[in-house]
Amino acid sequence: MSLDVVVFFVSAIVAVFGATMVIIQRNTVASVLYLIVSLVAQAVLYVQLGSLFMGAVLIIVYAGAIMVLFLFVIMLLNLRGREDLADHSPPVSRFTKYLVSVLLFIEMWFIVKSGFFPNTVGGGIMAEQQGTFGSVEDIATILFTRYLYPFELTSVLIMAAIVGAVVMAKRDRSDSSPSVRTRGDKPARTTGDEAGN
Amino acid sequence: MIPIVAYLIVAAVLFCIGTAGVLICRNIIVMFMSIELMLNAANLVLIAFSRALNITDGQVFVFLVLTVAAAEAAVGLAMVITLYRNRETVNIDRFNIMKW
Repeated sequence: MSLDVVVFFVSAIVAVFGATMVIIQRNTVASVLYLIVSLVAQAVLYVQLGSLFMGAVLIIVYAGAIMVLFLFVIMLLNLRGREDLADHSPPVSRFTKYLVSVLLFIEMWFIVKSGFFPNTVGGGIMAEQQGTFGSVEDIATILFTRYLYPFELTSVLIMAAIVGAVVMAKRDRSDSSPSVRTRGDKPARTTGDEAGN
Repeated sequence: MIPIVAYLIVAAVLFCIGTAGVLICRNIIVMFMSIELMLNAANLVLIAFSRALNITDGQVFVFLVLTVAAAEAAVGLAMVITLYRNRETVNIDRFNIMKW
């Protein structure tokens, strides 16, 4: 068994394990951390496939920035797992949800195994690299020439997302007093906690 | 050398776990993370084919998908904060404002 196979199996198992724990975990902070584990394992797979730059970007942007955003929100909402988040749908419906996922996987399995895809070429550290494939230079050349227009469009998308996020998460001043009054009808849990402290 | 099919199967498993997470979990933040998982599975397929066909375009697509995922996470989490402010819960079953 060569080094490539060992690296592939270890990172594939870690990626799948982390992904499974994300949806099994009750604690939301723990599931964010498991997702980071899964992403790092996927970055190893990227590197194995020769795309070094995208592996680095996956760790920096995804595991570093987006997951921290998730952690921020979880800590902002102060979730402590007190809420009952169990699935209370009837057993038939719950069974159907699992069945759909398994059927989807079987479907994909048959597509992958159909022999439509090239089976001979593959990844690996030992696999011979062709020139500068996957380097920053290679990606930048194609990104700023052929894909310049989509690249500029993503900057517009990011701008729209920033404005949208700020507008949505902002507390509306003119609207805040009625919402406080309606919330006062229910037992105000957060206010009680603050008074207790 | 590892055949490209092995990477495709890993991506399929990750995608199906993401689907199961969206369907099963009631926590809206975990559902978001499952969507990110599905996006990443698609990214892995793009990277694998980029390697198999020796074309860099797949990696540029992954770059764009990452950007879209970041935008989606920012807007989605802002929505979660707004919903939590109104409902004081992250349970997806209680976010049925638009149900008629």
